[in-house]
Amino acid sequence: MSIKSIDPRITREELPEVPDNSPLKEIHHWQTYEVFHQAKTGDHHVHVGSLHAPNSEMALILAKEQYARRYNCVNLWVVKTTDIFRTSNDEEEIFQTTPEKIYREAGGYKVMDRINKFKGK
Amino acid sequence: MYGGGYIFEESKNTESGTEDSVKLKNFEDRIAAGEKIEPADWMPAEYRKQLIRMIEQHAHSEIIGALPEGTWITRAPGFRRKLALMAKVQDEVGHAQLLYSAAETLGKPREDMINDLITGKSKYSNVFNYPAVTWADTAVIAWLIDAGAIINQVANSKGSYGPYCRALERICVEESFHLKYGHDNVVFLATGTPKQREMVQEALNRWWPPIMHFFGPSDKISVHTETLMRWKVKMASNDDMRQKFLDMYVPKIWELKLTIPDPKLKKNEETGKWDYTEPDWDEFKRVINGDGPCNKERLAVRRRAEEKGEWVRKALMRPDERYTVPLS
Repeated sequence: MSIKSIDPRITREELPEVPDNSPLKEIHHWQTYEVFHQAKTGDHHVHVGSLHAPNSEMALILAKEQYARRYNCVNLWVVKTTDIFRTSNDEEEIFQTTPEKIYREAGGYKVMDRINKFKGK
Repeated sequence: MYGGGYIFEESKNTESGTEDSVKLKNFEDRIAAGEKIEPADWMPAEYRKQLIRMIEQHAHSEIIGALPEGTWITRAPGFRRKLALMAKVQDEVGHAQLLYSAAETLGKPREDMINDLITGKSKYSNVFNYPAVTWADTAVIAWLIDAGAIINQVANSKGSYGPYCRALERICVEESFHLKYGHDNVVFLATGTPKQREMVQEALNRWWPPIMHFFGPSDKISVHTETLMRWKVKMASNDDMRQKFLDMYVPKIWELKLTIPDPKLKKNEETGKWDYTEPDWDEFKRVINGDGPCNKERLAVRRRAEEKGEWVRKALMRPDERYTVPLS
């Protein structure tokens, strides 16, 4: 006995009525790629997610389907996940004092008070 | 498409001494402060487990949810509707991809999830165990099931796990097209000929009980989710989401002069909430456990697709390939 579906294409598949609960014989994993998307020329490429692909060319094809099937896109990059080096999340403290370095920022230089005082003299 | 009615596992040891108390406190403080948790961050084992379970169920629901609608692509009435339905079904499969990636960042490889789906170990949304009998069913699914999904997914996108939130943000944008597309189809039928009205009314009659099931069992009988809510894994109670759905969509159904097949359904002026006939939770449990009209077909179709694609995946494999967990 096979499954009778309202979809004739499924009925024609002659799928077994008795459920097959056996696990997959072999489990194959393609490598993962990270995808970067540029919405228009002049913009930065922005990381939008990841995907599985057997090689870079396929990764680009799949990235177009997955991340650029609507709205604007002018360019895509794919990078093997293993090729990305990153700081570890528990080293966050290496950035901790950065916001304190106001001598590196425009806002760290306020001269109007001094100028006004000078003018007022 | 999907979002609701996750089945959480009964939590054990969530707050017991099995976790490092300093780390746990730091983790909970971060969540309370509205920070997102990222894949490489410390997290309690229970958080990881429940998130994998939830995101995986969500992903399976997208991939299985593509089947009842996908059936109608070849029979869509007209070229424009065929294009639109293909786009919608492709979106659902794309959502599954995004969600599988988010779940993978927690440490469960994708093919292991597929394996658990086709062996019946993991669940997917119960609504997809019902058939789309006519074209009007696809219209009702695209409008109301996707509406329910949006309510749930918008809530969950404010959750605590970064990769899941990011996936949901993209998904919600696409779902808004599904909702408009579904509404357009329902309105077209409901304002059409008597035969078209009859078709859409019958589809609504068929889909109303699964829609009421969609957000999951009533809070009175569902698994204790206090910890999951504090950890911002579950963002709203099942009953609250159901109420929100009724608030937003019952008036839109009624304005088309369609009848909702529940004589008890009305807004209670005193409580400000909707009264309705309690959905049949025994049926819900029976169907989730395999005894629905389409459970066998859905899993058999998924398994056949997996088997038929195997030689392609194998042919493209390279011996030096190593699976890595995606970054985010």
